[in-house]
Amino acid sequence: MRLKGRHKIIPYLFILPWIVGFIGFTAFPAGFSLFMSAFDWSIVGEREFVGLGNYTRMFEDEVFYLAMANTAKYAALLVPLGLALSLALAMLLSKNVRGMGFFKTAFYVPTLLTGVALAIVWGWILSDRGVLNFFVDALGGPQIRWLTDPGVALWAVVLTTFFGQGAQMLIFLSALKNVPSELYEAATIDGAGAGRRFVTITLPMIGPAIVFNTIISLIAAFQQITVVLNLTGGGPDKATYFYSLFVYQNAFVRGNLGYAAANAWVMLVAVLALTLLFIKLSRRWSYYEV
Amino acid sequence: MPARKIARRTGLYATLTTVAIVLLFPFYWAFISSLKPKAEQAQYPPTFWPSEFEWSNYVYAWNSQPFSQYFVNSVFVTTMAVIGVTLSSSLIAYGLARFEFKGKRAIFVLLLATMIIPWDVLVVPLYMQYSYLGWIDTYLPLIVPSFFGIPFYIYLLTQFLRTIPRDFEEAALIDGANHFQIYWTIFMPMMRPQLVLTAILHMLVVWNDFLGPLVFLNDPNKFTLPIGLSFFKSSQLIDTTSMLAISVVMLLPPLIVFFLGQRYILGNEAQSGVKG
Repeated sequence: MRLKGRHKIIPYLFILPWIVGFIGFTAFPAGFSLFMSAFDWSIVGEREFVGLGNYTRMFEDEVFYLAMANTAKYAALLVPLGLALSLALAMLLSKNVRGMGFFKTAFYVPTLLTGVALAIVWGWILSDRGVLNFFVDALGGPQIRWLTDPGVALWAVVLTTFFGQGAQMLIFLSALKNVPSELYEAATIDGAGAGRRFVTITLPMIGPAIVFNTIISLIAAFQQITVVLNLTGGGPDKATYFYSLFVYQNAFVRGNLGYAAANAWVMLVAVLALTLLFIKLSRRWSYYEV
Repeated sequence: MPARKIARRTGLYATLTTVAIVLLFPFYWAFISSLKPKAEQAQYPPTFWPSEFEWSNYVYAWNSQPFSQYFVNSVFVTTMAVIGVTLSSSLIAYGLARFEFKGKRAIFVLLLATMIIPWDVLVVPLYMQYSYLGWIDTYLPLIVPSFFGIPFYIYLLTQFLRTIPRDFEEAALIDGANHFQIYWTIFMPMMRPQLVLTAILHMLVVWNDFLGPLVFLNDPNKFTLPIGLSFFKSSQLIDTTSMLAISVVMLLPPLIVFFLGQRYILGNEAQSGVKG
């Protein structure tokens, strides 16, 4: 509805809370953080203008590279695995059989276990004499020190955060339901097998959902801190020292606020660049414009 | 039904059941582990059914820290944040979905773009801002931002509000209602399912929030459950049984809320069971 005269102000009154909140809790802090990143700014003591000093300092900081690499590795494992799992679950749920409501609930419920409780429950499952090692043992595998071997600890974090795919699953499910069934029927008549139907019909038709889910889970993976802090604490030997942990500790443990602000901005730029790159690439194979 | 179809259907149910068992296993494992007697907990190979249900584990764990206090704190923070987010997000979504005005597109794009900003960027300046305002060690940083709308929920409500025909406002305006009355008395009831969804999703986020209380609260009496549980974990690494018991208790409110409102999250088919 378009309003006239003095009533023109009304829509702005409705969105006023967001404008105020955006300025107060997003725009101003973000701008201030950029400003801080140009200073050697510690919690106590003097602050000193260093220009791009915090940014150049990062490129000489080994821990920066390590944290970035760990986070990239984690995202590169979790995002595709999470997409595959949520899509597989959605495809199972899209079959029209009795009792699907029960399975839909069962597949969604793991999403409710998150944060600190998730880390504690999985910490117990993954412990040296834990139940996962019992299963591995029963299958004839070697004992794996999930949380104490630097070579596998990253996988422990991936595994812990892997089951809670409910939101992505629901997005895939509604996308799958919108694929016209005539497409599948026509392809079947033309002799296309299940694999071929999946690649040539399903994937392109649910393209926008894939793009959306990838971006959301990529952003989430880059910000992961709660689980690592409570599961491994970034260890062993910094094997799960993620970027957000690096930023958090620089700010609140070491008190280098300016450096932490610069760290955070590098992350924002990295996530933004990855997102834009992904959207650009996806236009090539997605059926819809995103 | 032909034999092939029966075989295929059996295979489907077998797959569905297996996947469900694997996905739900952590819940089962946390629950039975929290009930085992202490000696049995340390056994390897582990037992898959406790020899005895030690319910006193829960009493012991709950009383080992001021968890009752943390629980009350969590309930307070979550309730306030959920009230705030449903009121503010619906108001903002109404403004964006039901009016045409200058700058609307730009505002909408900006709103969606803010979702990409990681907390890492905001946490340090917000800490300073809150400390300047005297909000550190109060619940205000955990509650107040919810009263200014959260982009994801605004987007969700906007998508729904756009589908409603214009006739509603036009008729009400002729009857002499003002725009706020229209929003409050006509559209709020219509948005009920989406508002319930918003409330449930936000409840899950705030109830489990760890980072906010970690950064903005210092006084242990003000702790919420996640932070209380995390500090408990670092203070006594060995007592897994108690930590699991608290984790299970912490899971109950989200589970209850989810089961009460699952048709709003999962869609209508979840209840009826699609035709076979």
